[in-house]
Amino acid sequence: MEQLNTEVVLSGVRFRNPVIPASGTFGFGQEFTRYYDLNLLGGISFKGTTIEPRFGNPTPRIAECQAGMLNSVGLQNPGAEHVRDVELPALRKIFNGPLIANISGFSEEDYVRAVEILTGAEQVALLEINISCPNVRHGGMAFGTSPEAAAAITRAVKKVATKPVYMKLSPNVTDITAIAKACEDAGADGLSLINTLLGMRIDVRRRRPVLANKMGGYSGPGIFPVALRMVYQVTGAVRIPVIGMGGVSTARDVIEMMMAGARAVQVGAANLVDPLACRSIVEALPEEMASLGIHALSEIERVS
Amino acid sequence: MRFIIAQNVPAAKGVRAMRLEGDTREIRRPGQFVQVQVPGFYLRRPISVCDWDEQGLLLVYKVVGEGTAAMARMQPGEALELLTGLGNGFDPAMAGQRPLLVGGGVGLPPLLGLAKTLVHGGVRPLAAAGFGTEADVMLREEFRAAGVELHIATMDGSLGVKGLVTDAMRALAFDSVFACGPLPMLRAVYDAAEVPGQFSFEERMGCGFGACMGCTLMTRNGPKRVCADGPVFRREEILWNS
Repeated sequence: MEQLNTEVVLSGVRFRNPVIPASGTFGFGQEFTRYYDLNLLGGISFKGTTIEPRFGNPTPRIAECQAGMLNSVGLQNPGAEHVRDVELPALRKIFNGPLIANISGFSEEDYVRAVEILTGAEQVALLEINISCPNVRHGGMAFGTSPEAAAAITRAVKKVATKPVYMKLSPNVTDITAIAKACEDAGADGLSLINTLLGMRIDVRRRRPVLANKMGGYSGPGIFPVALRMVYQVTGAVRIPVIGMGGVSTARDVIEMMMAGARAVQVGAANLVDPLACRSIVEALPEEMASLGIHALSEIERVS
Repeated sequence: MRFIIAQNVPAAKGVRAMRLEGDTREIRRPGQFVQVQVPGFYLRRPISVCDWDEQGLLLVYKVVGEGTAAMARMQPGEALELLTGLGNGFDPAMAGQRPLLVGGGVGLPPLLGLAKTLVHGGVRPLAAAGFGTEADVMLREEFRAAGVELHIATMDGSLGVKGLVTDAMRALAFDSVFACGPLPMLRAVYDAAEVPGQFSFEERMGCGFGACMGCTLMTRNGPKRVCADGPVFRREEILWNS
């Protein structure tokens, strides 16, 4: 078989392939080393980090759906300084590729302070600013549902960032292209989308919500068509690169997402039901490319 | 990891015993669990390992929802995809001269593997189990075969002591405790037995191997993942009502 090229480049950062585990489904990588060598991954978007450590929401935090799951974890993380001083050096030992630092906050100042702590970390190649977490009461998604607020966070973060800034967008909006354009105009280097869709399940026997937090974010293969549609709409509206995610579970999904305009792809819930999911996708990519006559993934064009 | 069902039979009312054959090398300790991929369901089902050997393992599981109901309908010869060797399990080295194993309902199964491990190591454990009624009683013969007599309590008094498992514990002398069962039982055992103890917790899980932070429990040592840092926590780590 001829040599197929899986490399993609986003904002000057080289990824050996476009397959990146999504934030919140991969921790800081340690749990997956018993299953495979992480160095086969394109990159890793690590667990959403806030300036202060967070316990997150009460349990139950997980509910099952027909083609996916709900989570209401609520940004549990050990805080930006611990991530920089403990998690990143440990992650560096098991993964030598580019890292995406996923950062959340509850105020503009929170985002700025967390970015200041993480932007200088050697292995961090991109900053992914989460303005779309549906599981926290203040901040989070609130910043991602108004174009003005999204632009304000983008501008504030850009002032202190020393790495390219990707804004992670929420699908829980009327017009995602308006938010996307606001981020682009405010100086974002790229976009990540979509975060989870706000959902709910009820335990019909107990007549109460399954999740302690009542509502949670829906992820898994059920949301793939929604994610694909939004990536397609956004890439039609902005010029900056887009990382596509939402229900991606197979190599064919990766290619389909790239045909919607994504330049790289993140894999989320699939990691949780099959710890080998990303490895399987990476290994299946060449055959999928060959069967579709694709020589280089970077050549995939957005369908019209 | 692919396993083949060798047996899937009733073990008590609403409870079944499934023997699976496959690679068990990742299982290191009693009290660990597996994540079962039930065909047709998105999330895996976490189920504690009751017993295991080099050829396979035994799951004793309660039919609590659609996923476990689908498992109950599966036949010998069918395959199941499992993640094995999950969680920390019980530490048998912490048992004193006379450990007491305390199980509540379907919390009892992992204590059979522990009982066998302890007996194999030359320790003679005691065991107490609480059930609703006689029809719920399980694994009595298996414990006896392992050389451990089960002291049973039933809520309705249909077998053994009438009342809770803590009522069956009262007549027993022990110097450490290993418990697995519903949260109120764990709490009651914790309060009744002020000796070194290990308590196995249950929580609704996403991944089961420490990645999703879905099953976090607040402990005296900070937030811990029931799936990866637990499910077994030592007495001195536990914070109730967290």
